[in-house]
Amino acid sequence: MATIRVLVGTRKGAFILTADGKRKDWKVSGPHFAGWEIYHLKGSPADPDRIYASQSSSWFGQVIQRSNDGGKTWEQPGTPREDWVENAGMNPDTGEFVMPKGESNKFVYDTSPETGRPLTTHQWYDGTQHPWEFKRVWHLEPSPHDPDVVYAGVEDAALFKSTDGGKTWRELAGLRGHESGPQWQPGAGGMCLHTIVLDPNDPERIFVAISAAGAFRTDDGGKTWRPINRGLVSQFIPNPEAEVGHCVHRIAFHPSRPDTLFMQKHWDVMRSDDGGATWYEVSGNLPTDFGFPIDVHAHEPETIYVVPIKSDSEHYPPDGKLRVYRSRTGGHEWEPLTKGLPQENCYVNVLRDAMAVDLLDPCGIYFGTTGGQVYVSPDSGDTWAPIVRDLPPVLSVEVQTIR
Amino acid sequence: MIRVVLPQHLRTLAGVDGEVLLAVDAPVTQRSILDALEARYPMLCGTIRDHATRKRRPLVRFFACAEDVSHESPDAPLPDAIARGDEPFIVIGAVAGG
Repeated sequence: MATIRVLVGTRKGAFILTADGKRKDWKVSGPHFAGWEIYHLKGSPADPDRIYASQSSSWFGQVIQRSNDGGKTWEQPGTPREDWVENAGMNPDTGEFVMPKGESNKFVYDTSPETGRPLTTHQWYDGTQHPWEFKRVWHLEPSPHDPDVVYAGVEDAALFKSTDGGKTWRELAGLRGHESGPQWQPGAGGMCLHTIVLDPNDPERIFVAISAAGAFRTDDGGKTWRPINRGLVSQFIPNPEAEVGHCVHRIAFHPSRPDTLFMQKHWDVMRSDDGGATWYEVSGNLPTDFGFPIDVHAHEPETIYVVPIKSDSEHYPPDGKLRVYRSRTGGHEWEPLTKGLPQENCYVNVLRDAMAVDLLDPCGIYFGTTGGQVYVSPDSGDTWAPIVRDLPPVLSVEVQTIR
Repeated sequence: MIRVVLPQHLRTLAGVDGEVLLAVDAPVTQRSILDALEARYPMLCGTIRDHATRKRRPLVRFFACAEDVSHESPDAPLPDAIARGDEPFIVIGAVAGG
C-alpha cells in the first residue's frame, strides 16, 4: 500500500506526518530544526527520499537543509560533516588550502558583468527606491526530473537555481533585472517570490509569482521573463490594470494542462487558458474571493480548491466558519466543504503555501492553519479530519505519495 | 586558546556543546575570532555576519568582559582577558520576537 508523507513547515520547526493509503492513522515526527522558522520543505518528485528545507531566522539568517533518507536525517549540502575542518587541507594538485565555506546557505544576487544585471532598486513603502536585500527563502521547488536540480524563491524577490543538490546557488538574474523591477513593491509580508511552477513537459518554461509585482513567465529556462498579468484588476494600485504591481498570492495548475493556470490573487480567483497571457475572473458564487492558497485535484484538472478569507483587513474565515470551497467546473460555481471542519468561532488563516494534494484515488486534500491544525480529506474534500491540532502556526504543507 | 560562547541555535547548527575553543593569532579582534570560527565551523558562515558584506547581522551582538563591543571596529584589539582566554567572547542573539 502507498505511504503518504506530509511535510509541514511552521514558525517553530518542521514536522513530518506519515500514514498509509487509508490516511486515517498518522505518525508525527518533529520538531525538526526546533525553534527556527521553516518556510517550506518539499520532496523531489524524481527521488522521494530527497527533501529540501528552508530554515531561517531573523537573527541568524538562511540555512538550507537537505535529507537523503526521507526526512530522518538532515545535512547542510554545502557543508557536509566530512568536509569539516578535520578533513580540510592542502589540495595536492593546486597547492590551494581547501576549506568548505557554507556555500549552500549563500544567496547573493548576481551582479556580474556576464549577466549585466546590476543590483537595482525597487519601490519601498514610502515610495522611495530601496536596494534589493536578501532576507530568506520562501519556497523550494525541486525539478520533476532531476533530484539535484532545485529552484529557490527568495525575499527580496528573485529566483535562484541549484544544479548540485543545493550545494551552491546561482541567481537567474533576468527576472530581478526585468525592466519593471523598479516598480515592484513589497506586500505586507515582504517582497517575496513565493510561487514557482515548473512545466513538467517543458523544462524551459517556468511560472513565478511575486508579492506585490505579479506573475511572470520564462520560456527560455530563466534567461528572459515577461510579466503575465493581463486581465488582473487590483484596486490598491493607482492603475488597477497595470502591467505589474498585482499582489498574486498563489498559482496552481494540473500537470496535464500546463496552459491552464488558476490564481488566487489578493482579491479575485482568476483563470488563464493561454499560459498566463490573459486572465479572467472565476470567483463566481464564493462568499468572498480573498484568500491565499489554491490547488488542483490530482485526477480532475477542472476541480479546484480555495479557502475564502473574509478580507485583507481581517485575515480570518467569514462568520467564524472554516470552509474549503471546491469547484468542479474550473471556477464560477463553487460548493462549501464543511464536514469535519470547525463551523463556529474559528478565526485562523490558511497561508499561501499551506495546501497540497496527494496522488491517490480518491485524491487527498491537505491544508494547515495559523492555529496549528493540519487537516486531511481522504475523499477529495467531502469529509475532513485533523491530523494534528496544536502545532506552531503552519507556514507550508506539501505531500509526498510514495508507492 | 580563545573561548567563544555561542547562542543555542548556533551551537545546534555547529554540533557543539558548551564553549568553543579556537586558536587565534594576535592581534585578537572580532574579525580574527570570527574568521577562525567560520573556518572551523563553516556552517556558521552567514549566521553571524552577512555572506556578502561580512557585516554583523542586525540582531546579533558581541560582548567582551561585560561590555557590548558590537559597534566597535571589527579590527580593534579585544581586551587582553579575551586574548588570554580568561574571559569568553560572547555571541548573543538580541532579545526580540516571539
